[in-house]
Amino acid sequence: MRKSRFTTIVFGATALLTLTQCFTNKQNQGQKLYAQHCQSCHMEDGSGLRGLIPPIANADYLQTHRNELACLIRNGADGPMVVNGIEYNKAMPGVPTLREDEITNLLNYIQTNFGNKNKRYTFPEVEVMLEDCPVEHKRD
Amino acid sequence: MNQPTNYSLKQTIVAVAFILTAALTYSCQSNPATETLPILGEREAVERQVNGKTIVDTVYHQIPDFSFVDQDSQLVTQETVAGKVYVTDFFFTTCPSICPKMKSQMLRVYEAYKDNPNVVLLSHTIDPKHDTVAVLKEYAERLNVETDKWHFVTGDRDSIYDMAMQYFVGAQEDKGVEGGFSHSGHFMLIDQNRHIRGKYEGTEQADVDRLIEDMKVLLKEQQHEKK
Repeated sequence: MRKSRFTTIVFGATALLTLTQCFTNKQNQGQKLYAQHCQSCHMEDGSGLRGLIPPIANADYLQTHRNELACLIRNGADGPMVVNGIEYNKAMPGVPTLREDEITNLLNYIQTNFGNKNKRYTFPEVEVMLEDCPVEHKRD
Repeated sequence: MNQPTNYSLKQTIVAVAFILTAALTYSCQSNPATETLPILGEREAVERQVNGKTIVDTVYHQIPDFSFVDQDSQLVTQETVAGKVYVTDFFFTTCPSICPKMKSQMLRVYEAYKDNPNVVLLSHTIDPKHDTVAVLKEYAERLNVETDKWHFVTGDRDSIYDMAMQYFVGAQEDKGVEGGFSHSGHFMLIDQNRHIRGKYEGTEQADVDRLIEDMKVLLKEQQHEKK
């Protein structure tokens, strides 16, 4: 009886620790992915580069093109794009190696930071979006 | 007995305070005036004979003559920067790694000195095959900068890479890296005699702050020489 209780406690503690670890990593994943794949062009503060690289910070595009962003991250973008009333026209390389869950975390990080207070994505939502990606993503 | 000791203590404090204030005031005023920037690069001692006496001159590393074309198809040579302080770097417009950061920092230098006629910015592309005059033109226009102040130059590939070496900036084609070119993100500060006076990390805000301050020193030096 005593032994089994001990085992339960040990197992419980381990499970709890693993879970917290898991959540901690997940919470930072979006930020880490941003630093790794986006920051060199969109800058640490999401300000972009005047006239050349659109901002992420307070960008209307994140709301107006919400459903296209997942494919944009995976496949990149080409052609003109209007963000906050300014036209940009510079190719963005995609990151085809990102998994669905990583793209979800990255999107949620972007949508809720840099002054953005937009709706978060659910994992199934992003999965569906990524199924319908145009082969070559073009913006209109 | 007590009274005189107290008085002299007070006196001492006043005297010390006075000296400290004077010293501080003096040092604050004299420092910026005497501040100078080093001349970077190898130096050579050259001897010459004047009236039978040997005089030793120090010859500093100097940027050689150059000839490139900017975003307005204008020739940019040593004449363009003659008598001016200039900041130079090497980049390419399709660079996915450090260039956007460099350009956003160079933009700060531009904004700080855009009204100063004695300052010029000179950005060389290391990918002249792609970065033609038209490409550089569009880049500069979107960045909304004046050609006279900030020249984006292209030209003969080998000449550009040779100039990078002259400025002590690493640049080479490298199929192994993202974008196909590897280069350092340095901003180099050049004085009116084409001597290199400073090297700064173009991706580090704090180091670019230092550049903006150093430029003030160099411009002041230039004023003194003119007088």
